Amino acid sequence: MKILTTNFLKCAVKACDKSNDNFPLRYSGSECELVQDPSIEFNEEFMTNIMDRIDWDAVLSVAGDLGNTNLPSTKPLLNTAEQLSEDDLAVLRDLHVLLVQTSIKEGTMTCRNCGHVYYIKNSIPNLLLPPHLA
Amino acid sequence: MKKKYLVYMVQVHSNFRRAELESLADLYQLEIDFSSYRDDSPFFVVELEDDKAASDWIKRSILSRAIYEYWGEGDNLHELHESIRGQPFYEKYKSDNRTKTFKFEFESYRGSSKANRVKQIESFSYVEFQGKIDMKRPQEIFTVIEEYEPISDNLPGTVPIKLFFGRLIQCSDRAAVEKYDLKKRPYKGTTSFEAELSLVSANIAQVKPGSIMYDPFSGTGSFLCSGGHYGALVIGSDIDGRMIRGKGAQHNISTNFEMYGDSARFLNVLTMDFTHNALRRTLVIDTILCDPPYGIREGIKVLGAKNPERFIGKENVEIDGTKAFARRDYIPTKKPYSLDALLDDLLQYASERLPVGGRLAFWMPTANDENIETIVPLHSNLELRYNCVQEFNKWSRRLLVYINRGSEYSGNENIGQKRSQANFRDRYFSHFN
Repeated sequence: MKILTTNFLKCAVKACDKSNDNFPLRYSGSECELVQDPSIEFNEEFMTNIMDRIDWDAVLSVAGDLGNTNLPSTKPLLNTAEQLSEDDLAVLRDLHVLLVQTSIKEGTMTCRNCGHVYYIKNSIPNLLLPPHLA
Repeated sequence: MKKKYLVYMVQVHSNFRRAELESLADLYQLEIDFSSYRDDSPFFVVELEDDKAASDWIKRSILSRAIYEYWGEGDNLHELHESIRGQPFYEKYKSDNRTKTFKFEFESYRGSSKANRVKQIESFSYVEFQGKIDMKRPQEIFTVIEEYEPISDNLPGTVPIKLFFGRLIQCSDRAAVEKYDLKKRPYKGTTSFEAELSLVSANIAQVKPGSIMYDPFSGTGSFLCSGGHYGALVIGSDIDGRMIRGKGAQHNISTNFEMYGDSARFLNVLTMDFTHNALRRTLVIDTILCDPPYGIREGIKVLGAKNPERFIGKENVEIDGTKAFARRDYIPTKKPYSLDALLDDLLQYASERLPVGGRLAFWMPTANDENIETIVPLHSNLELRYNCVQEFNKWSRRLLVYINRGSEYSGNENIGQKRSQANFRDRYFSHFN
């Protein structure tokens, strides 16, 4: 599961929608097996689009869970009207490595509201629920 | 001033062809007059602003072949020449192309000519092109497009009944039908959707580069491939994890994307019940494109217990000191669900998650032989824009395309009502008798 996906996933339990703690899920840093796919090439336009879609606080939260605390505390503002600066491109390249090239192969993610644990097995997150939570 | 262009189309899936051309025109904000469009003709002469508009419009079309700058037409070669020389733009086109390198091509519809092509090309000498002929990389390609009338079902015609002449502006994206052909795909399954119509579906759904497309019943990922081809970031989910996992490391959805070179745009497939959705509510999903389960291979299922009383207290069962439901190998129980209810949920989800103007497109099967009107699901926020039918022998399926118009739209609604008269699965297995 690409790290980018963590930015889109909340708890599947409907009752948790009332809480603000159902997104992002908490990732177990010590148990997560990470893999990198350097063959996915950097694409400036694609990453600029991604920047519009991501919730920065959630990026920080998940990166922190996985032991990465080097990200800027506020979302980098890109001036897309002009050519991106070298600094902007450097930020985008870093995020490309983190969000697109890095995946969680095995691990768990836990709802910070209800505590339900979801497994990531062979890079595929399993968001199915037992009947008492469905 | 607008210019005349000729679109040369394929004569298959004519129920989908106009929807595709209209959707692509809308995507590029092109005003096109469809009043002379005919389902039974492969030719469509239109007026457009410039070559760029023509190229934008046709470059990702699947059900057309190409678009040409229109030079003239006739019922035979002589009339074609007369027509070309009589056009008001003839002298201008002639001088525009005077020094370009070029070649001639022939396209034939429903027949083939035995005439001497070199002689035919020489009959165009009056255009006085002075550029070099270049068969490999010409600056311009001039094409004679011929329509024949077959002599009988088995005998193609040999003398054209209609000829067009034009300068090639843009070939369509029809080569993608070959590229995404299921025969060449490393991982596919019994429910994989054919390449041609899944690409057409993505066009009618207006999948855009840089947008997010979601397929809630992704199966082996056929629509995800089409969405990725048109540049969207694609997310899929399916309640059946077996389809997603595939058949080992070299045969799964992800290896398909690697082969197509679209890996960056493939976000993930999730093992997830669409009706217990885990995509955050603030995530804007631009397009939803899917082929919902008809319940033919197995019944439609969602999370939950069929007999809830049997599961009372099961959440407290422990195995080796861990709650059974919290273990890595736990498999949750599922219960049957109706197609009507599932489609209601899909329309409701689309109305909540798509931006205004965003499209929901999905396939729905129906039996043909009953004299019962097919009732298409409707939601008050969604405009039903297209209902394109593909006929088979005893059943048909249709691509339904909705546009989210927001809560002010207040269209007709039939959500929550029982629409299907007979279970499609039962009808299918009784061979529609």
